[in-house]
Parts: sequence; C-alpha cells; structure tokens
Amino acid sequence: MLSRVADSLYWMSRYLERAENTARQLDVTMSLMLDAGGTNEETRWQRMVASLGRPANLVWDGSFESMARKLIFDSLNPASVTFCINAARENARQVREEISTEQWQRLNRLFHQMHSPHAQAQFSSNISDVLASVIDGIHLFQGVGASTMIHGQGWQFIRLGRYLERAYATATLLEVYQPELFVTHEREHTGYQYLELVGLLRCCTAFEAYCQVYTADLTPDRIIEFLLLNRDFPHALRYCVDCIRIAIESIQGSGRRRSSEELAAGIGRLHAMLGYTSIGEILSGDPATFLHTIREQCLRIHELTYRHYVHYSIQSALAV
Amino acid sequence: MSVGHSLELDALFGDYPLDQAFDEMRASNGDLRQHYRALAETLATLPADELQRRKQSADLAFLTQGITFTVYGREEGTERIFPYDLLPRLVTAAEWDRIERGLTQRITALNLFLRDVYSDGKILNDRVVPRELVYSCKHYRRQMRGLQVPRNVYIAVVGSDLLRLSNGEFVVLEDNLRVPSGVSYMLTNRRVMKRTFPLLFQSYGVKPIEHYPQVLLATLRSLAPEGRPEPNIVLLTPGVFNSAYFEHTYLARQMGVDLVEGRDLVTHDNIVYMRTTDGLKRVDVIYRRVDDDFSDPLVFRPDSALGCPGLFNAYRAGNVTVANAFGTGLADDKAVYAYVPRMIRYYLNEDPILSNVETFLLSEEKDRQHVLANLDKLVVKAVGESGGYGMLIGPQSSTRQREEFARQIEVNPRNYIAQPTLDFSRAPCLIGDRLEPRHVDLRPYILFGDKINIVPGGLTRVALEKGSLVVNSSQGGGSKDTWVLE
Repeated sequence: MLSRVADSLYWMSRYLERAENTARQLDVTMSLMLDAGGTNEETRWQRMVASLGRPANLVWDGSFESMARKLIFDSLNPASVTFCINAARENARQVREEISTEQWQRLNRLFHQMHSPHAQAQFSSNISDVLASVIDGIHLFQGVGASTMIHGQGWQFIRLGRYLERAYATATLLEVYQPELFVTHEREHTGYQYLELVGLLRCCTAFEAYCQVYTADLTPDRIIEFLLLNRDFPHALRYCVDCIRIAIESIQGSGRRRSSEELAAGIGRLHAMLGYTSIGEILSGDPATFLHTIREQCLRIHELTYRHYVHYSIQSALAV
Repeated sequence: MSVGHSLELDALFGDYPLDQAFDEMRASNGDLRQHYRALAETLATLPADELQRRKQSADLAFLTQGITFTVYGREEGTERIFPYDLLPRLVTAAEWDRIERGLTQRITALNLFLRDVYSDGKILNDRVVPRELVYSCKHYRRQMRGLQVPRNVYIAVVGSDLLRLSNGEFVVLEDNLRVPSGVSYMLTNRRVMKRTFPLLFQSYGVKPIEHYPQVLLATLRSLAPEGRPEPNIVLLTPGVFNSAYFEHTYLARQMGVDLVEGRDLVTHDNIVYMRTTDGLKRVDVIYRRVDDDFSDPLVFRPDSALGCPGLFNAYRAGNVTVANAFGTGLADDKAVYAYVPRMIRYYLNEDPILSNVETFLLSEEKDRQHVLANLDKLVVKAVGESGGYGMLIGPQSSTRQREEFARQIEVNPRNYIAQPTLDFSRAPCLIGDRLEPRHVDLRPYILFGDKINIVPGGLTRVALEKGSLVVNSSQGGGSKDTWVLE
C-alpha cells in the first residue's frame, strides 16, 4: 500500500488509543479525588500529567474542573481528548477509501459529539458521562473496524499503532506509580492506599480481571506482575508487545522485498524482555530502568518501522 | 386535452409552458414525441404518491452512496448530495448515431490540431488558424513543442458539451480537453435509475454504459510506454479538498488502480515511482486529474504542492504517459473553438457533422463592435474558464454588470468570445409533484486510446432553477440519467 496511507492509518489508531487512555486516566483521577484524604488536588493532577507523559501546557490553574475541561475539550492542546479525536478523524479522512463506511461514520459521529453543545452540557452536569461516551465511541469504532475492515496490511498498521501507543502509555503509567507503590511493604493497607491501588488497575480497565486472577487481595508486586507480564489481558504490557510482534511479522512478511532485520531484532528484544522474566527478577533489579527501557524500545520500533516502510530514502529503496 | 394524453398526465403537466425552445418530450402542439410515450404512460399510471416515494428512495440511494459534490462560493464549502432529477432524458438511436459520428470526427481533428501545433504548425503556416490566437493562449505550453506522445494521442479523455437548438439539431457548445469531470455522476445516476424505474428501463432497451471504467482502463493501458507489458496505472488526484474528489476515488476503485497524490510520487533518473510500504514502485501511466499548472513545480507553477517535481522530464523522456497530455487547454480555449469546423475540413477533408454555435471573437474588430453594441442579447465568456464562471448572460444581466464586462473586454479582448443566447432544449423534470421543463445539455464522454470509444449518452446536466441557463454542477446545476435507446 502507499506509505502515506499506512502512515495515516497508523496515526489514526494511535490518536484514538491516546484519547481513550487520557479519558480513562482523567476519570480515575477524578473519582480518587472524591475520597479526599491525603493527597491534594494539585498533587493528583500532577501525577496524572506525569502518567500521560508530561505533555506541555497543562499548568495547574487552581481549579480541577477548569483543568479537566481543558484536557477534554481544548482542541488547540495536543494532549486533549478533542485534539486526539480531531487528528484521528483528519487522518481517517485522507484514507477514507481504506476504511469501511461504518468505521468512517462512527469516527465522524464521535467527532461531532465532541464538538456538540450537548457535550458541554454533559460536562457541566457530570464529567464522568462525557468521558464514558468518549470511551464508548472509541470502543464502537474499534469493534466496527474489526468486523468490517479487511484484515490486510492496512489493518496491521492500525493494530501496530494501537498497541504501540498502549504499550508506551502503560509503561509510562507504571514508571510513575511504581516508586509510591513500594513505600509500605505491609500487606494490610489503609483504605486510601487500597483506593490508590484500585485506581492504578482501573487506569488499565484491569481491576476485575486482576481479581479473577489473584482475588481481591491487592498487593503492589502482584499488580505490577499483572500489568506487566500477563499474556492474556489486553491492557497488560506483555499482551501489547505480543500484538505488536504479530502485526510487525505480518507487515514484514507481506511484501516482496527484504524485511528489516533491525526491526525484527527490535521487536524480538522487547518481546524477550517481557517473555522470559519474572516479577521477582524485575523487582529485585531496577524496575524504573526496566520500564524506561521498555519505553525506549517502543520508540525505537516506531522509528524502525517508519524508516523501512514509510520514510525510506530513494537511494536505499532503489539499491535493493 | 391533447392527443395522446390522459387526464392524469394533464394533471401532472399542469401549466407546462411550450415555446420556441425545443422540448425533449413534447412537440410544439403539445403532442408527446413518439419515444417518450412509454415514459409518459408510466408517469400517468403511477398511483398518486408512488412517484414521490420513488424519489425518496432514490434520494436515499444517493445519500448512502455518499455521492457528493463541493460547491464553491456557498457558505460551508462542504459536501452535499449531488442534485439530480428523477426523469430520464431520452435520445433516439438515430440521434445518437449522428452525435457519435460527429464527435468522433471532431475529436480526431482536435487531436491532429494539437499534434500539428506542438510540432510543425502546418495549420498555422497555411493561415487557417491565426498564429497569434494560439501563442497568446494562456494554456499553450511551450514545453510540449517537439515532444512525442504515445500513439500521438493528446486527448485521451474528452467531455464535449452539446446543446439542442430549436430546430432539434444538436450542436457543440464547447469541448473540455483538460480534466473533464462528471462521469461518476453519469454512472451513479444510471445505477439509481435502474432501481427506480426497472420495468420501464427494461421495456425501452437502453444502451448500457456501465463498462465506462473498463473502457477507460483499456484506453489508458493502450497508451502505456513501449516495453511495459503490465503497466502500472495510477489516478493522480489533488486530494480530499478537491471538489471532484468523490469522482477520483470512484473511478480509481472501479478501475482497480491506485489513487495517488503528488506527495506519493518521486522521480529518479526520469522515471516516476510511487512510495509504497513495499518499496518504490514504478508508475507507467498517470490519469491526471490535476491541472497542468499544478502538476510539476519544476516546470509549471513553482508554488504547487500537488504535483511531482521531475514529472515532466520523465514524460519528455517517454518513461511515463500522462493522460491527458499537457497543453491540451489550447484546443478547448473558447476562441480556438471557433476554428474547429475549419480544422475538421483542413485535416480530414470533410464537412463537420456537428456544427458549432455561432461565435464572435472579440479580438476581431468587427465582431467586437457588434458585441459591445448588443451586450444585452449575447452571452459573453472568458476563453480559459470552465464551470460557468467568468460569464455574462446578456438578457439576465444588469446595466452595471454589462458595463463592467465592456470594460474588461476593452482591456483584454483576446480573453473573451460572445455567442447568441441560445434557447436550448428543455426536458421535463419532477418539481414538487408536477412536471416542469428545465434547460438541459448533454455531455458525452469520448475516450481515445488505440481507437475512439464513446459510451452511449453521457451526462445530461439540467439547470434546476426555473428559467436558469446555467447547468454547471459547481453552480447549482443538477443531472439526469441519459437513455440512448436501442
């Protein structure tokens, strides 16, 4: 397919994943704030911003509501949910022929939703409702896409975009949370600490799944084990990396020219990092560095994919 | 009640005006023309709201297929459903035969003219067409001098606009030799109409047109550079913001070719490639829907981002075919149009089968005086424009508008021609729940590859506003399905 088309599909997918992650983190942060104790609003806001990768222009102005409004609706702020949805739609529009009519209609509907007066009214009455409808809209888009789009190379770029973004975001989230999680090693937690742990899981929609695997007994090491190493849960890092690997292998295998060895090595390395280790090993080592390395690997995979499939130089392409 | 009418039909027709303009369906005494009888009967015998129901169903079909057009100059500049009229416009087999022969002759001559002017210029040496007219045309491209084009075909895709005069004769109003559009509406109209009047369609025996994309593909393939047996054919589009983008995607999809933008293309060693995830892929034939001016910043407008630098050099080297060739706007210049009958005689030694409309060249003293004295009766057009822009319709203009045009004419007479206001034919349209006549033209599409193919019919464009003479889609015109009968 045209490189430009692959690029647009990839970024459409990444922006939607980013929007979903932002909406969910904001929702969790808000509900944690309802149970006042301990941390104040500003601290919570800063931690969320850090979990989102420290985007610029989100300086605390004293009011959580005004900050939330900005993070949801400010289409000039690249971190906002609306900005991401706008960008996703713009990308989709450029490649409308590649996606199904249903996909386009869903995305278009979500776009108009964000820009409607109704969304503002919803925000005023219950911020959570707005965030829920964003997440619903994105889920609908993904569901419709999965069943109406041909699962060809374009589809693989969509999957690659989604899981790269998710892997990176999850690693970022864990990197921010993990120092605090181990402040106290006792198995009994205060009510507030319990809520924080639930909050972390909910940022990844992982609370119920965790409980299925481990019961409702929340411990930091098990939580990190679940979010990092579980191979069956869609928001766990290992699952994401598995999906990235499958997408890359499919893309590498679908053309006629030589695939990129560097890219294969890159995803192989990342896969091995998560596939052949244990939580004990990670925690006894340096978890911060481990997570940082994962983030770097994700960035590198993006770079290598683009270098080989999108932005390759003419000389290198013709030399083959 | 006139001959051949039922009460129901009379009710449908209501106050249907018949005057000196040729009415496609009815003779001047109100009688139905023979070939329209079946259509009239169908309309008369449909239950009261059935016609409306079919219209709604057709509306929905267009809507769900996303058949849209961007209209400039309106507030939103957004997509809207392309306006159409439910009733087909009929053309008899005999009428079509003449049109087909006439257009084949005309396009052959135009192509020979382009080849001549961009090489030896015999027609200019023989003073059949004035040299100044050609070289002062802003669409003349010096870069095309001496350039060899595959099969000597400059105009692979042509849309010629025909009008029917009061005496029933079809004449050519203008040729569109650069980037003619509208064929996707022709095809989708047909698809929708077959569903709207299936029995009628079947009983009439209408010549098919659905093979247009296949013929277009074959035409493009026949023009591929030598030595490229499996040519890579692409459709070059300016992108999503172009008003005809829907048509570009539609045709690309129907032909099964890649839709590319300038930014997908690179040239290297005078070969054009497209950038894919599977490496650079050589491009052999470009069906160009980007104007000359924007096609190559190294040769044409340097500020264009829609083209591909180096494209023209690859073209000159014979490594890529571009359809239509560059510089074809010379032959659809409205002043050059006046000479087409002379071209037919010069190159083919034949009399034109289809006539031109009487045209005054404002660069000629005598014509100019006549026109300036009669601005309120004539239609004045800027020679290089399309889409119905840059035009003065005398009888519908204000004194102010005429004065402004007179001023422009004095400043740059070469830029204008004038023609009599033509009361061209009208066809019945469903306006509300009545039939009312509206002016229509006919744009057949001519494909020129290893031979000339004309798909039967073409786009009938209709001026949907009562009394309007402007049929162009970009200014609110609509379309009808055209049925050429077996």
